[in-house]
Amino acid sequence: MLARRHLLSAVFLAALVAAFAPALAVPALAQDKSIVVSSTTSTQDSGLFGHILPMFKAKTGIDVKVVAQGTGQALDTGKRGDADVVFVHAKSQEEKFVADGAGVKRHPVMYNDLVLIGPKADPAGIKGKNIDDALKAIQANNASFISRGDRSGTHSAEINLWKAVGVDIAKDKGPWYKEIGQGMGAALNTAGASGAYVLADRGTWISFKNKGDLDILVEGDNKLFNQYGVILVNSEKHPSVKKELGQSFIDWLVSAEGQKAIADYKIEGQQLFFPNASVPGA
Amino acid sequence: MLEPASALQLVLSGDPGLFAIVRLSLLVSLSAVLCAALIGVPAGAALALTRFPGRDAVVVILNAMMGLPPVVVGLAIYLLLSRSGPLGSFGLLFTPQAMIIAQTLLVAPIIAALARQTIEDLSAEYRDELTAMDVGPFAKVATLIWDGRFSLITALLAGFGRAAAEVGAVIIVGGNIEGFTRTMTTAIALETSKGDLPMAIGLGVILMGIVILVNALAWATRRTGERYGAA
Repeated sequence: MLARRHLLSAVFLAALVAAFAPALAVPALAQDKSIVVSSTTSTQDSGLFGHILPMFKAKTGIDVKVVAQGTGQALDTGKRGDADVVFVHAKSQEEKFVADGAGVKRHPVMYNDLVLIGPKADPAGIKGKNIDDALKAIQANNASFISRGDRSGTHSAEINLWKAVGVDIAKDKGPWYKEIGQGMGAALNTAGASGAYVLADRGTWISFKNKGDLDILVEGDNKLFNQYGVILVNSEKHPSVKKELGQSFIDWLVSAEGQKAIADYKIEGQQLFFPNASVPGA
Repeated sequence: MLEPASALQLVLSGDPGLFAIVRLSLLVSLSAVLCAALIGVPAGAALALTRFPGRDAVVVILNAMMGLPPVVVGLAIYLLLSRSGPLGSFGLLFTPQAMIIAQTLLVAPIIAALARQTIEDLSAEYRDELTAMDVGPFAKVATLIWDGRFSLITALLAGFGRAAAEVGAVIIVGGNIEGFTRTMTTAIALETSKGDLPMAIGLGVILMGIVILVNALAWATRRTGERYGAA
């Protein structure tokens, strides 16, 4: 009796294992020609990668696996050797990344611009102002402002903009200033739901689908320029880095073909990113 | 703004991207439940049938671990599997395998804790019979596991529910890479961040449908098993 029970339980277990074992083996296949790129939420949420990566794959056969993070985290992922290439937007942090030996060389790729978004009712009356006056008005009126608060490129750009108008935001912030510690889309969702101002990159804004009562209030100020750079992670620090495959991705991005692919990406007829790989000092 | 029905249209049109996401979600969560069962059931049984100093503390800690925060587990696995971490040479970060490891850690305590309770209760109930049979400890454990199999399936389902629903761990260790480590829950997080709330809700409804389907299959298995067992 007992023996039969054992047999039954053994069969039961064996059946379970047999059912799942093939599943465990599957993910290991065919991942040889691929690289990991740590990039920012703005490039992913705006749909740019969905547009350009299939072209790159068609040409080279290389799969690009994008991990979308804030710029700070994306650089950290590269520094730990968990990505082959970083593609981010915070020039000073990128230069430090290379200077520290974590990356090989920074290549400028493209830019988009930041826009100041807010409720159409515009309680602080900033519409049409330049970015400096707009930020001063938001602070003076204690108008709700959503900050990314996630060490992303947009976040550090925002901190620098406050600094430029003489506000040390870490010290001078009040209850009106809310750091949510999340990505661009989440910040826009939060601003929309609470009638707050928020600084966003234009790419994410144009492709964002939950605009609700939000609108662009300040744009076109040359202080709102947002440059993207791409860097190969240093294989001397991390031998696992796929140097050749990563470099061919970078070469393609800055080539005439890659630059055209970036320029061709449009949503509702609007170009989101402006290639400038050949501009000195970008 | 997309129509609220867009996610449903994705299903009806047999969208290959959606199919891949659903497949990966099931693959990761079911594999994690299997691994967790292989660890959790024997561990729960061992804890149920042994007595040692400090056992109460172990039971309390095991029960508490059912509430492990997925983000913390994800971060711990991230640091372990990172190229700069102790297990970095395996190159597992940002792969489905890493996601299975993280979810196994989340699910194993749930299965172990529930298995411990089930087997301890059964052991008390059958104490005299088991003593009379005079069998070795392994035979005893196997008998108790077999008799408690239906309760243990519920424990596995609780574990599966945890795995299928969580996003915190898989998004950290998997990286939410399209076509490779994107699951239902990380896709929902992504659609939310893109402001496509109807799509996010639609995917959520599909996820719930899948979880209900898995539970229905388990229930049917149990019913069939009971009939077979009674015959």
